Amino acid sequence: MNLLGKLSWDSIPHDPIVIGTLIVIAIGGAALFGLITKLQKWGWLWREWLTSVDHKRLGIMYIILAFVMLIRGFADAIMMRTQLAVATNGSEGYLPPHHYDQIFTAHGVIMIIFMAMPFMIGLMNIVVPLQIGARDVAFPFLNNLSFWLAVSGAVLVNISLGLGEFAMTGWVAYPPLSGLEFSPGVGVDYYIWALQISGIGTTLTGVNFLVTVIKMRAPGMKLMQMPIFTWTCTWANVLIVASFPILTAALAMLTLDRYLDFHFFTNDLGGNSMMYINLFWAWGHPEVYILVLPAFGIFSEIVSTYTGKRLFGYKSMVYASGAISILGFIVWLHHFFTMGSSASVNAFFGIMTMIIAVPTGVKLFNWLFTMYKGRVRMEPPMLWTIGFIITFSVGGMTGVLLAIPGADYVLHNSLFLIAHFHNTIIGGAVFGYLAGFAFWFPKAMGFHLNPKIGKFSFWCWFIGFFVAFMPLYVLGFLGMTRRLNHTDNPDWNIWLYIAAGGAFIIALGIAAQFVQLILGFIQKDKNLDKTGDPWNGHTLEWSLSSPPQFYNFAKIPHVDDIDTFTDMKEKGTAYKREESYEPIHMPSNTNAGPIMGAIATAFGFAMIWHIWWLAGASFIGLIVAFIMRAYAKDTDYYVQPDEVARIENAHLDNVAKG
Amino acid sequence: MSTNMSAHADAHHEEHHDTGRNTTFGFWIYLMTDCILFSCFFATYAVLFMNTAGGVSGKDIFDLTLVGGGTAALLFSSITFGFAMISAYKKNKGGTLFWLAVTFVFGAVFLGLEVYEFHHLIHAGHGPDKSAFLTAFFSLVGLHGFHVTAGMIWIIVMFCEVSKSGLENRTVTRLSCLSLFWHFLDVIWICVFSFVYLMGAM
Amino acid sequence: MNLLLTRNLSKIALAALVALLAGCQGGVLDPKGSIGAQEKELIITATILMLLVVIPVILMTLYFAWKYREGSGEAYEPKWDHSTKIEAVVWGIPIVIIIILAVITYKSTHALNPYKPIESDEDHMTVEVVSLNWKWLFIYPDLGIATVNELAFPKDVPVEFKITSAGTMNSFFIPQLGSQIYSMAGMETKLHLIANEAGTFDGISSNYSGHGFTGMKFKAIATPTKEDFNAWVEKVKTSGEALSTERYEKLVEPTEYHPVEYFGTVKDGLFFDIIWEYMGDMGRIDFYGKPEYGATKPEGVVLPERIAPKTEEASH
Repeated sequence: MNLLGKLSWDSIPHDPIVIGTLIVIAIGGAALFGLITKLQKWGWLWREWLTSVDHKRLGIMYIILAFVMLIRGFADAIMMRTQLAVATNGSEGYLPPHHYDQIFTAHGVIMIIFMAMPFMIGLMNIVVPLQIGARDVAFPFLNNLSFWLAVSGAVLVNISLGLGEFAMTGWVAYPPLSGLEFSPGVGVDYYIWALQISGIGTTLTGVNFLVTVIKMRAPGMKLMQMPIFTWTCTWANVLIVASFPILTAALAMLTLDRYLDFHFFTNDLGGNSMMYINLFWAWGHPEVYILVLPAFGIFSEIVSTYTGKRLFGYKSMVYASGAISILGFIVWLHHFFTMGSSASVNAFFGIMTMIIAVPTGVKLFNWLFTMYKGRVRMEPPMLWTIGFIITFSVGGMTGVLLAIPGADYVLHNSLFLIAHFHNTIIGGAVFGYLAGFAFWFPKAMGFHLNPKIGKFSFWCWFIGFFVAFMPLYVLGFLGMTRRLNHTDNPDWNIWLYIAAGGAFIIALGIAAQFVQLILGFIQKDKNLDKTGDPWNGHTLEWSLSSPPQFYNFAKIPHVDDIDTFTDMKEKGTAYKREESYEPIHMPSNTNAGPIMGAIATAFGFAMIWHIWWLAGASFIGLIVAFIMRAYAKDTDYYVQPDEVARIENAHLDNVAKG
Repeated sequence: MSTNMSAHADAHHEEHHDTGRNTTFGFWIYLMTDCILFSCFFATYAVLFMNTAGGVSGKDIFDLTLVGGGTAALLFSSITFGFAMISAYKKNKGGTLFWLAVTFVFGAVFLGLEVYEFHHLIHAGHGPDKSAFLTAFFSLVGLHGFHVTAGMIWIIVMFCEVSKSGLENRTVTRLSCLSLFWHFLDVIWICVFSFVYLMGAM
Repeated sequence: MNLLLTRNLSKIALAALVALLAGCQGGVLDPKGSIGAQEKELIITATILMLLVVIPVILMTLYFAWKYREGSGEAYEPKWDHSTKIEAVVWGIPIVIIIILAVITYKSTHALNPYKPIESDEDHMTVEVVSLNWKWLFIYPDLGIATVNELAFPKDVPVEFKITSAGTMNSFFIPQLGSQIYSMAGMETKLHLIANEAGTFDGISSNYSGHGFTGMKFKAIATPTKEDFNAWVEKVKTSGEALSTERYEKLVEPTEYHPVEYFGTVKDGLFFDIIWEYMGDMGRIDFYGKPEYGATKPEGVVLPERIAPKTEEASH
């Protein structure tokens, strides 16, 4: 038996681009490692952050993960766009199919699963418990474990860069192409295990936040008084809980096909690949609403805050989100109108899809009427929001167009489709996350970012988006299909050049985000947020210091209104000094999360490379670690009243000083 | 399951939510996700069960007596788990342990029969790699069997916990989660038995 | 804010211009057949309908953002958060538009159903299409010829494509003629197209199928007259070799940028054999009983014995 499974020296790619990337990563990694060692921060990092069960810190770590993976996924995007700009008129370009096909697969997987999802879950982690007046989530350890499972998946995707290959199937990994017959390499296995492990983490997050929101709201807070971001996150969590198991099932079946010669999706012996496609999209379509609903919530919070007004049509917003969530489950077939379903089936799914435009349209109008008779402050989050409304209107329109089967018959799988979903995912979800990032950054970190650089970043993203993706709409009409490695149609060239230019403008926007972040840290002391309420916020998170105390609320507030904090400010009950405090029950940090994440990574790696002894050992290790955690002592402690009083008084003194 | 649930009788925490109820509720949501997982495998079975690739169909291989025996064992184990829970609520440690053990035995009988059935089929040349029908059959039944195995490991763990530390609130919460899990598997099995075995053998 | 306004207006104008331009350059907005023409019309109608909402939304966004900007001195009502009238309108307008679109969708989906034969004075011509890695095989069952990566038919004659795959999933697509349909192993899908203008059109796979996908292209030739088409058939017959089962096995081997090939004769029922290789493992032989949605069994083909009795038992 081979102790290393399929692993050998030949598994390391010889492509100069890959080797160059690996060297850069190695140098960067070594520098980071050296820096932390030099500053003697390892212990601090482990105790305070990596093992933390504090939802705010986990949220920040999620967002760091998202930014790291954004760089990776965007590098893929730039490579694809330059390849297509270079490889015109029959030229082969610099990326042969073997490499290029991995890049577009990795780009999709990374951007959706390891960039957008962590970003969304990160913001949700930071904000939702604060908005509902809770001290933490329902299951703090599980929250930490979810994070490490997400990291585990991300690590596996990145290992594929230097060992073996990634999938060459497109991010949907349709069989039979992704089956053993047509993809015998380890690429699809990397895909399967990265998604499977992180997907289980996401399911746990969904369960965790549903319990948190349903059971742990501050006294007095009715469901219809929850802040709108919390509501949209709740809908997203309902979708997570209902749809991620479908992904788990589909991936498990593909795994069995590839590992044990089962015949779910194979061509031969009666397998049916259409089943995978149905299951995949029964998860995949709700997934895009999981991404975009919280973004809608962010925009709602921002519009209402930066216009200094109550959100127009709160109830409509909640019901609209619910309608989107439920409808999101009965539209999956629109991803394959061209599979040969009957006209009635196609028409049904087409019309269901269009109906989603109704609640979405209502949301757009409600944001508009929130601005109406308001005081609009053009800070970066508000710019993102206005940019979103414009971009998303266009994306929604092309989406409805694609929902008409007759139109989809010619636009399916074309660059028109690519333009459409980038239009909604970038213009909807990513703009939303970046808006939320700018909005809640002072809350999470305690200091402000430079708004000028923030605005510059916005304009780069906004203009770059249109320059990069409007040409793709045109190319779709011109009959260019997706995932082409090179082209030889002279009519397409100009549009491909423009699109590549747009990608570089977006690159500037991303760079500006990082500059803004670095500058923010350098000038931190000048830009401290002392009051905790920099934007005159409406909801409970702004009633706390920035960053919030580790126990969030010294005394759990009583909630009577949607805009609780506005209500408190008006009644004069905000910033009240309590006479005495109760002891606060808090969960302790635990190293079980990172350890189990590491074991899960080892398990995934072992399965990918068929290292069976390691797979068995790590699987048993996971079970044992879980049981040990279940019987661990010291899982919680109490914060004593005098310490609470000291922290609270320091903050209130700060507020008083202004 | 593994959040902090230690009862601090001395500490006053009106603001601290009842984590025991959170745990049960969270576990119930988890079971719903599991239910969706199973429904995917049921759906796949429904799509693939006719695709026998010229090989055996359900009618040829299902042995209702054998499966009926396993089903009876599993149904009884649900009842005995019910008794275990009644004892647990009454803080009757001995009774709880006894009924947990009985449940474990019934579960083992069920699992043993299933392993026998699988072994027998594979030996007769009807393994899951032979046709899409067998693939779907082995996966659906095997997924359930995998869950039962997990449940039995959990029973062992709970047996140790109860015998060592008695029936604290935290332990009873965990027992009720396990109870939910075990009954859930029973319900799933009734569906497997009806849709796969009964309809297949008819 | 003015800057923002003009910038975006110019962008929309640009996008509109671009869409118009695109119409003159080939592709799906330059259709050469009635199916494609109907689809183009559908796209334009739907787009105009939606622009009725989208343009006002964009303009109102910019207008409100500018009008109620901080320091503008406009009315400020921080507590105003509900108006039944406005809510009725904001739910009503999208609902009306979507109802109209839904009616259009229902009708057009049935009218453009790829499985529906095209109404024409001419009878349909049948072409059997097989996607191979990475090339297209076209079999003309009535003419007994086959070609690779080149397809021909007379203009104004509707063509019935029966489509399957020998391996991975592809999508059979001639952008200028209209609809596309997936090709899947062990299954037969159908597509009806017509060219109302003569010409040579690009044909592609529009579903990624692996390494050689980019080169999986063919030319679809709509000949001006039937005589021209017959001449093409003669050319294939005289210049081509025979496509036997053995020759087909060789053709299945993965190749990239496969040259055009002609086969003067084809083994009878080859297309059925290709589908049957995998479909034989499926229990749903009754599939063949539904010509609407499935394959049609060629005359004289006998289903293998091993399957037939099993199906009857399993189907109830």
